[in-house]
Amino acid sequence: MTVNTLNAKNLAAPAANVSAYLKSRARWSPFEIAFWVFAFATIWLFPGKHLILKDTAILALFALSLDLILGYAGIISLGQAAFFGLAGYFAGLVAKYGIVNEPVVALVLSGVVAAALGFATSFLVLRGSDLTRLMVTLGVSLMLGEVANRYSNITGGADGLQGVDIEPLFGRFRFDLYGHNGYVYCLSVLFVCFVIVRRIVYSPFGLSLRAVKGNPLRAAAIGIPVKWRLVAIYTVSAGIAGIAGALLTQTTAFCSLDVFSLERSADLLLVLIIGGTGYLYGGLIGAVIYKFLQDWIANLTPQYWQFWIGLVLVVLVLIGRDRMRNWIGTVRGAVAGVGVRLLPRSITLGGAAPDGP
Amino acid sequence: MPILETIRLEKRFGGITANHDVNLVVEKGARHALIGPNGAGKTTLINMLTGVLKPTAGRIMLEGRDITDVVPHERVRLGMARTFQINQLFLDLTPLESIGLVVSERLGLGADWWRVVGTRSSVTDEIVEVVERFRLTDVMHERTARLPYGKQRLLEIALAFTCRPRVLLLDEPAAGVPEAERHELLATIEALPAEVTVLLIEHDMDLVFSFADRISVLVNGSLFVDGAPEEVARDPRVKAVYLGEELDA
Ligand SMILES: Nc1ncnc2c1ncn2[C@@H]1O[C@H](COP(=O)(O)OP(=O)(O)OP(=O)(O)O)[C@@H](O)[C@H]1O
Ligand SMILES: [Mg+2]
Repeated sequence: MTVNTLNAKNLAAPAANVSAYLKSRARWSPFEIAFWVFAFATIWLFPGKHLILKDTAILALFALSLDLILGYAGIISLGQAAFFGLAGYFAGLVAKYGIVNEPVVALVLSGVVAAALGFATSFLVLRGSDLTRLMVTLGVSLMLGEVANRYSNITGGADGLQGVDIEPLFGRFRFDLYGHNGYVYCLSVLFVCFVIVRRIVYSPFGLSLRAVKGNPLRAAAIGIPVKWRLVAIYTVSAGIAGIAGALLTQTTAFCSLDVFSLERSADLLLVLIIGGTGYLYGGLIGAVIYKFLQDWIANLTPQYWQFWIGLVLVVLVLIGRDRMRNWIGTVRGAVAGVGVRLLPRSITLGGAAPDGP
Repeated sequence: MPILETIRLEKRFGGITANHDVNLVVEKGARHALIGPNGAGKTTLINMLTGVLKPTAGRIMLEGRDITDVVPHERVRLGMARTFQINQLFLDLTPLESIGLVVSERLGLGADWWRVVGTRSSVTDEIVEVVERFRLTDVMHERTARLPYGKQRLLEIALAFTCRPRVLLLDEPAAGVPEAERHELLATIEALPAEVTVLLIEHDMDLVFSFADRISVLVNGSLFVDGAPEEVARDPRVKAVYLGEELDA
């Protein structure tokens, strides 16, 4: 065939194009670089805000773990708190009894323990519909909370885990009351985890997850072991949620039963509703907005802040859904690097990004 | 030994019997057509062959191996791939990503979670080849959801091709493809290496008779007639039940 011989001649150039295009998907865009430069700059810019920034970094990491399964694999969960809580208690207990003293080692171990729980429960979660998944994930976290309550001789029960003494980081940096070292620590862990997650998302494995999410029937029909891919990502996600939980325990030297609460898992979904899913920054941006909104409203009306945050969410979801979707589309485009140039145009069009999510 | 064989295969959906006592034999390298009226159970049969549906009874043999209980993605590894009558695509991915995905899965790189997609030249070379062969070059960076139907259909078939199967099951591949591109599509299928076995479901009798060296007719879920194209064309029962309607219409 003449067409084929023609193609063969020109093969080298398009192959280089394809390769360049595929690789460019994974390149850090200016938006991302600016995001992280600013994130680290806050260490010096807002020294008085380190406590809330620290909590924000932990929430962001926690939300990243949910985005990984929700945004990239389509697994909805109301039970991320199970991993957060288990690792939180694990980090507290190993510190309290002096089993592992170096915080970074304890942090990694906590993540591994949470990942093990994720692996073990993935087989329950992965069968069934969205509703089943919501119920099963919720059930697992409630059960763990009840177990922690029952064994109060170990966990401290309703009083929380007392007497946790976290050794200084690398033997030098003690976690202070103002959260200075804690914030630097949490932000650095967030960044490292983010880089790893980003790597995963842009790998062939990450691409296969998006395929599984988009069409599991076809994914299996091209040879993707759908179940094992989901087990793998659920396990990784659990590990990251666990690291977030361990960070909270380590930087507060305390752990209480509310780490397992439904509210904690539900907050996470709210964070992703605010920030959007499937482009990695949704959890991070959502966490910043959520935390500072909460802080701001709590200062205005200390008693009724939950009412107001509820109202803001209802408004966001009902009225602002389309606008939000456009906005997320724009941010997502910017993250992908192509949207940087599209941004001014879409603003003049009234914020209508050409590419919906 | 036939490359693909079903033994008394049966599928029931509650009261409906979609396939009954199907003994299909597909020889290695065959260009085998599976025809039959709407609702005859052709798609159901393909779904059982590929593991999407579990048979109510009977066995499926691939190269002499019983694969009745093998999960769908394993059957792809064993050399069987298919297209769907109704497109099953990854709407959020581009054709480039979709094809790249199939290539990297086939090469066993699908579990690689660290390397960035597109860094292996063996993968990108093949992507370019497939994209050009199926005329998707000009749309390869578009989201699949935004492609015109004809291009989506080509991508549907390209994905199955890229699995490099030894047995390819095509469920009405030309459905919805413009007349002009139909023959081109069939030419691409015919140009497959002789050792690749093709089982084609198709309603267009011209296409079937120009393509097939063997034809099986499925009626009401059972194999009705099975033979060389001339025999099937001559068979009075087929004329009465199936070809008759087609020719009259
Ligand atoms: N999932 C299902 N549940 C119930 N009945 C089904 C299901 N799938 C197929 N059927 C029924 O089984 C019979 C065979 O359907 P099938 O799709 O296999 O036919 P077909 O030969 O592919 O038809 P067409 O030429 O229209 O594609 C039909 O009566 C159909 O309604
Ligand atoms: Mg059919």
